Amino acid sequence: MRQPDSLRQTETPAQEPYVTVTNLVVKFPSEDGVVHAVEGVDLSVTRGKTLAVVGESGSGKSVTALAIMGLINRKSATVTGEVWVDGEELIGMSEAGVRKLRGSKMAMIFQDPMSSLHPFYRIGAQLGEAARVHRNISKAAARAEAIEMLNRVGIPAPKRRVDDYPHQLSGGMRQRVMIAMALINSPALLIADEPTTALDVTVQAQILDLIAKLQAEFNTAVILITHDLGIVADVADEVRVMYAGRVVEAAPTERLYATPEMPYTLGLLASIPRMDRRTDRLDPIKGNPPSPLKHPSGCVFHPRCKYTDRVPDGACMTVRPDLLPSESDHFVRCHIPAPERREIATEALAALTAVPLGVAGATE
Amino acid sequence: MAAYIVRRVLLMITLLFILSITVFVLFNLLPGDPARLTCGKSCTPIVIEQNRHRLGYDLPIQEQYFKFVGGIFFGRVFSPESPKPIICEAPCLGYSFNRHEEVLSLIMRSAPVTFWLAIGAFIIWITVGVSLGIYAALRRGRWPDRLVMGISLIGYSLPSFFVGLLLMFFVVIQWQWLPYPSYVSPFEDPFAFLQTMILPWIVLAILYAAFYMRLTRNQVLEVFNDDFVRTARAKGLPERTVVVKHALRAGLTPIVTAAGLDLAGLLGGAIISENIFSLPGLGALAVDSITNSDLPLITGITLLTAALIIFANLIVDLLYAVIDPRVRLV
Repeated sequence: MRQPDSLRQTETPAQEPYVTVTNLVVKFPSEDGVVHAVEGVDLSVTRGKTLAVVGESGSGKSVTALAIMGLINRKSATVTGEVWVDGEELIGMSEAGVRKLRGSKMAMIFQDPMSSLHPFYRIGAQLGEAARVHRNISKAAARAEAIEMLNRVGIPAPKRRVDDYPHQLSGGMRQRVMIAMALINSPALLIADEPTTALDVTVQAQILDLIAKLQAEFNTAVILITHDLGIVADVADEVRVMYAGRVVEAAPTERLYATPEMPYTLGLLASIPRMDRRTDRLDPIKGNPPSPLKHPSGCVFHPRCKYTDRVPDGACMTVRPDLLPSESDHFVRCHIPAPERREIATEALAALTAVPLGVAGATE
Repeated sequence: MAAYIVRRVLLMITLLFILSITVFVLFNLLPGDPARLTCGKSCTPIVIEQNRHRLGYDLPIQEQYFKFVGGIFFGRVFSPESPKPIICEAPCLGYSFNRHEEVLSLIMRSAPVTFWLAIGAFIIWITVGVSLGIYAALRRGRWPDRLVMGISLIGYSLPSFFVGLLLMFFVVIQWQWLPYPSYVSPFEDPFAFLQTMILPWIVLAILYAAFYMRLTRNQVLEVFNDDFVRTARAKGLPERTVVVKHALRAGLTPIVTAAGLDLAGLLGGAIISENIFSLPGLGALAVDSITNSDLPLITGITLLTAALIIFANLIVDLLYAVIDPRVRLV
């Protein structure tokens, strides 16, 4: 197995982001009109760090990931903005150029490992293919690497398993194979799109641990796409909360959980079922995500926001808010003044944690 | 695997038995007296009764059936009391008193014609249909796709008797580019064989290719949305490899099933094409046997066609297990 490329590391010092996305916009023309999937997303990740992109389905988080990978068909969509990976800009690059980076400098794993692996090929062949497309090595060498990689992702008896077909493995094993395939060329960026959503709860933690372990070994930048704020707290260094194709809140993980300022983030946190508190019911965000064909005027979240009356002149309905700094590393897209947002958050979080289990039980 | 094949073959035999009983009973219920057909103009009531007895049509139907089945395994003798008994050796599918020939030898004479007709058409329609279908899928929504789908629609809407007669009229009669079709074995005169077969091949292939274009296009388009194709792209594979090795490999598998069954169906006889181009194949023989109420011949052809389809089903299933590792034959 190749060690993480030390040369590349010196080219990209640790403090400089390996991936930088600026003003990414993705539009799909459709028969019903233009689908505004992503509307100006900025993000960046450094090697060794994990950025979580959180949002409901349809928030544009997966499309953002696919756009970074150059996996959005340029004929059926317009992608604008800038995607810098290791000092190269991808949006303006030729398709062949981006293809060479895919799988070598950046790799991706997907939600459903069963359907993401080809049903007709042995896993060893699928892993070896990933290695051989970027490096001029023999089939035997690729196979040896595949076995080594399977071993590293914790597949028992990898010498035997390498000749299995995907359907002969369990869901967790399949996702391990996907991770092995993604990392076989030691990419510096790994995008994990809902990597645990299709797996058993017991396996989810194992997979996240594995990603974290390999991330440390390979010094990989990880972008974790998820709707599950529960796993974000454990693994991410930074969080971007997306809504209707936009980043609505960006902050280091601890800060986001301690003082979420955007009412949408607050709503997401309130929707997590927790065993350590007793409430009569969850407090879900009312309504549905907006149609990507026509986003609401003003703040895209205003139809579902409980706090629009805190902003004078109904600005929430008419003026698009910008993503503005609240603290140095905390950005929020909201019209409510920052001090008031923090107040709301404190109150809401207090309400969530106010009733410890025993007391609530006693009052019933 | 071996156990599976044995079970399938046993099932096949059972099916054929059930089918033979059904065919036998059905054709006995049909109006028309087979004994009457044996003597033509010289028929008198006495001759008819004598023939009925000689041919065994006076026996109860179950006895007739047992004799028929016995004939397949052990052979049988028709009109044993007459001075010139007809000896039909196993496997005996019956004797056509209309044509005064064994059913099996009639079928064996017609089968090669149909075989060449079906194989030739099959090669053309698979080549044209599948490749145009893939092409259309790769150019989805643009003019090549629309063109191919238009061709498919036209091909599908044109009845083969119409296309056949049209080709026959212009190519053979009006312009005289080809001689009037008359079947020759390819081993005897390959050139004359091709001259005869090219039009029927085209007629049959048009119909099937139209269907396969559509089928292939839809299969390929569907598979392009599959996650593993996205994975192949995410690996950085060249688009060509993504399409050929990953998408087509998975997308074309179901076409094997359809192709196997269609070919088997066609091997049982292409009634319209054979008649238009006067090819003495199984389809023509079947039509002829029906118009003449040639009961033994109808039974024989029906059984043979059914056996072909059942057999093709088995082959297709086995083939599928080879192509798709997820399929396990147990």
